[in-house]
Amino acid sequence: MRLYVDSTKCSGCNACRVACSLNLFGENNPKKSALVIEPHFPEPGLYTVKVCTQCGDCAKVCPTEAIKQDEKGAYYVDFAECNLCEACVPECPEGVMFVRAELSNSAWKCNLCGDCVSVCGTSALWIAEIETLTA
Amino acid sequence: MNGYAGRILRVNLTTATITKEPTPPDLARDFIGGRGFGIYFLLKEVPKGADPLGPENKLIISSGPISGMMIPGGGKCDWTTKAPLTGGYASASMGGHFTAEMRYAGLDSIILEGISPKPVTLFIDNDRVELRDASDLWGKTTFVVEKQFKEKLGEEYQIATIGPGGENLVSYACINHDYGRQAGRGGVGAVMGSKKVKAIVIHGTKSIPVADMEAYRKAGMALFKACKEAEGLKDWTRYGTTIVVSWCDEVGALPTRNFSAGSFEGGKNLYGPVMREKIVITDKGCFGCPSPCGKYSRSKKYNSYVEGPEYETIGLIGSNLGIDDIEAVAQANRLCDDLGIDTISAGNAIGWAMECYQKGIFTKKDTDGLDLKFGNVEATFALIEKIARREGLGALLSEGIKRASQKVGKGSEKFAIHVKGMEQSGYATHNATAMLLAYMTCDVGAHHNRSWAITYDLQVGRELVVPEKVARIIWLQNFRPMFDVLGGCRLQWVELNIDRELYVPALEAITGIHRSWQDLEKVGERIWNLTRLFWLRENEDFGRQWDMPSPRFYEEAPKTGATKGQITKIEDVNRLLDMYYEQRGWTSDGLPTTETIENLGLKALTH
Repeated sequence: MRLYVDSTKCSGCNACRVACSLNLFGENNPKKSALVIEPHFPEPGLYTVKVCTQCGDCAKVCPTEAIKQDEKGAYYVDFAECNLCEACVPECPEGVMFVRAELSNSAWKCNLCGDCVSVCGTSALWIAEIETLTA
Repeated sequence: MNGYAGRILRVNLTTATITKEPTPPDLARDFIGGRGFGIYFLLKEVPKGADPLGPENKLIISSGPISGMMIPGGGKCDWTTKAPLTGGYASASMGGHFTAEMRYAGLDSIILEGISPKPVTLFIDNDRVELRDASDLWGKTTFVVEKQFKEKLGEEYQIATIGPGGENLVSYACINHDYGRQAGRGGVGAVMGSKKVKAIVIHGTKSIPVADMEAYRKAGMALFKACKEAEGLKDWTRYGTTIVVSWCDEVGALPTRNFSAGSFEGGKNLYGPVMREKIVITDKGCFGCPSPCGKYSRSKKYNSYVEGPEYETIGLIGSNLGIDDIEAVAQANRLCDDLGIDTISAGNAIGWAMECYQKGIFTKKDTDGLDLKFGNVEATFALIEKIARREGLGALLSEGIKRASQKVGKGSEKFAIHVKGMEQSGYATHNATAMLLAYMTCDVGAHHNRSWAITYDLQVGRELVVPEKVARIIWLQNFRPMFDVLGGCRLQWVELNIDRELYVPALEAITGIHRSWQDLEKVGERIWNLTRLFWLRENEDFGRQWDMPSPRFYEEAPKTGATKGQITKIEDVNRLLDMYYEQRGWTSDGLPTTETIENLGLKALTH
């Protein structure tokens, strides 16, 4: 399973990002969320949303093996084992692996909790099986 | 303090002194936030008789306990001040992301006082607060200023800025944010301009403490669930406020040619579906909104982008000016936003000027050569620019239509559509007595957001004048503005019809204080009475005559449209006021009695 997004439906409200920070950290703080919303205004007037595809590239390079996989197949950061080395950050093809030492003493990423989907009023987000390309 | 960022930022612009004080717990308990904080500081700190554009006036910017939280619509910011437009109370509500960012920066309110000797930007990044030289930004339009800051600092920063309208002290200048959200009414932008504050730039990374995290998350999720399951969500999100254009046109509530009628023969070209099809490109939401009313548009004809036009702008700059081209309305909207003037007051001012021209009170000599006929798009664009620059006829119109019509005379006062000096927003009230009373008694002047009752009029009988109707208006006035106190948006309740009881556990989980809606409405009633007392304090002759609507609604029945031949009798206007004052516990001149003040526990605050 993974999170999917249709950026054309995003209205930039950031409810997903607050819900995310509440789940990950128990805090009201969208700066500590695992989704990125990029507004492009005044022109061309749209939003681009970046979400985790659960590709696992971050886990492959983590020297402390802090990025683990749960029973749903979602990769998550075990906060206790992260040393903020940032090796994971450049590996993420979507730019949704986060290290901000001033905000958290651990890296963070999407754990596929689904709370963002629950609060998205425009149905821009959903969770589904990972689509695999077949020849 | 749970539910609060915990600090109030005070910026004295005269001395460039920046201080922070803890948010007083008793203030949070009694006035909760938003416009509650606003009226408290306004009454307490702005001296009687202060010049709205002088150093004694203050601009009080407040979030509320649901701002920036996982609560639908927690994106509303209150801007309270003494209004340059009316000389009374102003509280303008701004959507977008500014109020959430204030809270993440650790601030519940920002109070601007004094006057800076030179243009400045108030720069806030968490605990770092600075006044920075803004001489290079002075004169620039709002989109340019916002873009400049965002490109330099990044999208996490939120910007509120005035345009040339605010700099030039246009009495209905607004404050712009997020390329299309405004603190629009009453001239809050002129107050910011008078203080020489070009922009406020804010960024924060803090968290907001809550009393009961699990209960809060559960209550927040329940609210979002209700919104997402609401029957009206799909259509509301598709059309936003433009969903009512067709309805207003059909029932005769759409302001047409300076409110001389309520239906417009070209109205169909302005309806929501036409606009959606023709120009809307993106739905744009305020913070935490599951039902975004913002429609971001691109006009190919004018090669321009704008958030909107929303209903009020379509009404006031479209039908009210006899303009039936949605792209022209969008372009006029963009001009107003760029220049930083309120579209509602600007539309009224231009409509009044067009009627003066039609009646021969103005000739081309008075209009700087503009052929100010209803429907003239180019003249409208030109006049918007002139108003913001205070040039020619624009200088007169920039004062607001109450003062402009008093200067011009010749009977033009009779078709200057305002209450208390504030131009009427987008509902024609020839035969809609609840909405008429709502405008007459609204605490900032003729604005709709305190009690929007036009659909109620149609439901119960539009010409009906009975105590129940008056009671409904009072209930709305006590209840609806509580969303402006809480720092959130009322439209989930209004448009999605979600159960307001769902907010009660959410607010309790956030603040740790249980408040029923009955308790909240009591706070609303106290605030309503305080705003009335502010008007009285600032205007010696304040009283019943200040609540009178434009004579257009009791003397001149429309000659066309759905309300053709319909008018409210002057006796009914007076009966509405009599019943309203009685139910409010005010004198027959509309002033809160000593007993009412005491019963509401406001005695200490009114000395």
